[in-house]
Amino acid sequence: MELDRIRNFAIIAHIDHGKSTFADRILELTGAVSEREMREQLLDTMDLERERGITIKAQAVRVRWRDHFLNLIDTPGHVDFSYEVSRSLQACEGALLLVDASQGIEAQTLANAYLALDNDLEIVPVANKIDLPQADPDAAAAEIAQLVGESSDRVLRISAKTGTGVTDVLDAIIERIPAPSGDPDAPARALVFDSSYDQYRGVVAFVRVVDGRFETREPLRAMVQGTSFEAEELGVMSPVREPVGALGAGEVGYVVTGLKDVSRLRVGDTLTSRRRPAAEPLPGYKEVKAMVFAGIFPTDSDEYPELRDALERLKLNDGSLSYEPETSQALGFGFRCGFLGLLHMEIVRERLEREFDLDLLITAPTVAYRATKRGGDVIEVHNPAEMPVEVDLVEEPYVKASVIVPKDYVGPVMELANERRGSFDHLEYLSEERVLLSYALPLGEIVYDFYDQLKSRTRGYASFDYDLAGFQPGDLTRVDILVGGEQVDALSLIVHRSAAYDRGRQLVERLRKEIPRQMFDVPVQAAIGSRVIARETIKARRKDVLAKCYGGDISRKRKLLEKQKKGKKRMKQVGGVEVPQEAFLAVLNLDSERKR
Amino acid sequence: MSAVRHLYVHLPFCAHRCGYCDFVTVVGRHSQHRAYVDALLAELALEGEVLADRLDTVFLGGGTPTFTQPDELARLLAALPAAEELSVEANPETVTPELARLLRAGRVSRVSLGAQSFQPHLLEVLERKAQPDDVRQAVYLLRDAGFDNISLDLLYGIPGQSAADLESDLADALALEPEHLSCYELEAKPGTRFTRTHGDELARQADAMEGYFETVVDTLTYAGYRWYETANFCLDPERVGGRDLRSRHNLAYWRGSDYLGVGIGAVSTVSGVRSRNLPGLGAYMRALAAGPAPRREIEILDEQTRACERLMLGLRLDVPLPLGDVQAALEPGALERLASKGLVELAANGAGDELRLTRRGRFLGGAVTAELVALASA
Repeated sequence: MELDRIRNFAIIAHIDHGKSTFADRILELTGAVSEREMREQLLDTMDLERERGITIKAQAVRVRWRDHFLNLIDTPGHVDFSYEVSRSLQACEGALLLVDASQGIEAQTLANAYLALDNDLEIVPVANKIDLPQADPDAAAAEIAQLVGESSDRVLRISAKTGTGVTDVLDAIIERIPAPSGDPDAPARALVFDSSYDQYRGVVAFVRVVDGRFETREPLRAMVQGTSFEAEELGVMSPVREPVGALGAGEVGYVVTGLKDVSRLRVGDTLTSRRRPAAEPLPGYKEVKAMVFAGIFPTDSDEYPELRDALERLKLNDGSLSYEPETSQALGFGFRCGFLGLLHMEIVRERLEREFDLDLLITAPTVAYRATKRGGDVIEVHNPAEMPVEVDLVEEPYVKASVIVPKDYVGPVMELANERRGSFDHLEYLSEERVLLSYALPLGEIVYDFYDQLKSRTRGYASFDYDLAGFQPGDLTRVDILVGGEQVDALSLIVHRSAAYDRGRQLVERLRKEIPRQMFDVPVQAAIGSRVIARETIKARRKDVLAKCYGGDISRKRKLLEKQKKGKKRMKQVGGVEVPQEAFLAVLNLDSERKR
Repeated sequence: MSAVRHLYVHLPFCAHRCGYCDFVTVVGRHSQHRAYVDALLAELALEGEVLADRLDTVFLGGGTPTFTQPDELARLLAALPAAEELSVEANPETVTPELARLLRAGRVSRVSLGAQSFQPHLLEVLERKAQPDDVRQAVYLLRDAGFDNISLDLLYGIPGQSAADLESDLADALALEPEHLSCYELEAKPGTRFTRTHGDELARQADAMEGYFETVVDTLTYAGYRWYETANFCLDPERVGGRDLRSRHNLAYWRGSDYLGVGIGAVSTVSGVRSRNLPGLGAYMRALAAGPAPRREIEILDEQTRACERLMLGLRLDVPLPLGDVQAALEPGALERLASKGLVELAANGAGDELRLTRRGRFLGGAVTAELVALASA
């Protein structure tokens, strides 16, 4: 296929700005899918994606338009998945920047647009939803134009819902986005930008061929990892898998590898032919590192094997999820899991609960801390309970955070950022009404109810995004929670010293309310090392005996006793105190309640 | 097999079924009292062979035994085997001079009056017919007839009750100088009419229950009563010339003795077999009229279960429990753990170690028992 008849592009859009509807419209207009076959938001295949209206996994679709082949490489819209965005962008020459004309630019759009600009992509700006009565296409166009450095009459105005202007976008893709460059005669090289797992056919790699040509049944090698396999099938998504004999330079398609182990083919690797191998791999991606961690435990400890299997299966399709076994004296056997961010964590949790029908206890999320121990050893801490008591230095991850708000809310946002130890970087007027605020913030402050606070203090107007920006030392301390004098490992947390008392106090008060009274007084304490900073006492019960017991109801009373005994067996024992699972659940939910 | 020395006779008839009641009762049915007593006597004749020649106790419970037609009640009493203690439950409004004489003539030695409260508004909530003065009059009539062992039942945790209400109920009861008092927490069963009607107020009462219980125990022990079982009190022997006024019949249950029960819904426990007559009145009378024993549910009590019950019941009493009797039911280590918390005491006795609850342990008896008992492997 001639390179100049190919266009590869991605769509950058904020959640709810209409990307999926737009993609559906393209599929319809180009005849890739008949209206009858049209499912709403066809590209989002996972239930969860459809329900939340977000795309988690990138997908690629090939459509024909005016004698050209257009490869739409779908991208996720959320900050947690920006690594997927960057992967998609590397496979493209251009990107549509889709903005809701009634909302204007959001922080995530901004971040992804910058990514596209950094990748030297041609940006085609589009103002969507112009059919909405509250839409202001001119204002939106002006904002977008300023962002991408174009004149505002180059901003296309469409309604994906009604179809208005969509063909103009398709034409603009052909006109404005450059055809792929690449050497069709060079040794074959293809970038793996995504993969999925098919239980019958093994790993399916999504690739962008850069140079040369790949043929079915050809022996291939992944250059970085060195894995060899045969191209069992090559094809394109249109939008369902459609086998083709060969994939040439500039094309986007899939390779059925037959590999049964996803870890043997990483996204970002370069495929080449073993018959005529290329000398150098393509530049890959930085491996993404999990920055948010939480312990996941089955509510019923008998479900541990099911949880393990479920995580293994999720990992097949989600290479960014990491986990290792964790044992908590309070919660039993589980896993410490690493996530890209909070949304990623929420999605993993929901998929575990929904697709695998598991009841889970999830500890409060924490970030990766770097601790320098006495003697100079540096360790990375993913679990507060593992933070050494004696440390010379603790460093925490920082982010560069962007918040876009109407100008009236600048004050509340600054106040929140200051409370959360943010340091102001800059402020920029995107338009007369909307302001971009940039802050350096500790990631640990963001995982603790930041979104929620931001939303409530700006009446939902703020949009927010962040990029990791290295580690910085912080005056951080570990706070332990003790019940009946014994530490509850699952409740330990690492906080800034200035917030230690408040957080400790909150947890202790909540536990006092949640733990049922026992046969003796139970102290509940928050402590930094051996220093107790907050304390509550659960007063002993003064009565626990059935009033009446006569000859006719001995059996019934005995059965009651047996039931009571079984209930006790199900409780977790901490410091001789019986703590029902629900108490932990309530305390751990303290955080997630705020977030919602 | 040693002979059974305790007999329970169930008389289910009542004038009205109170909202909170969960006993086997039958409202009215005067025409069936005769046939029912016939059936009781027939069942007794069938089952009576397990009974000892001379019984320790007979207990007539209900229902309202004293609501039974007087002729039939008299006929029943006359036909019952002799016993050292013969108790009858009575509702205050049923006590007349005639009834009191009937009971005396029938060799009844102990009357248990269902007073429940001395507050008109609480009696109304409980749907009790008696007024406070009916309770007093019943006691006086029984005294006049020569009864020297009267027990009063009181309830606490009644919807609408205050701490002051309970204190005055206790004072009113004590003023009558009963030999014995049973004080029960009102147990509202989920799903009953009573619970639906008083839901919120019952929750409030549940919160106050531990204070009520302390008030009851403190007031009655201060007044010279012995707290001999979780909910039962009797005049201290020292104050009554050494008389033991505990309910001997109920003590038999709490000590794990065998007992025979006759009547609808009545439970027997004999030689490790527990059986319960079905509660249906018609089926019971038809079966016995035709000859055979009525239908029963049977439960076999293995050694572990018996030890468990022994522990559960024995710990309700103020006397030590021989450790040997309950060893099979104990969870290893639990005894030591609870002793260290001051809830249980172990004492050496010539015949072997004994186990008892401390005063605080008795208030928490249910929780302590749950901690002590080992879960049967089944």
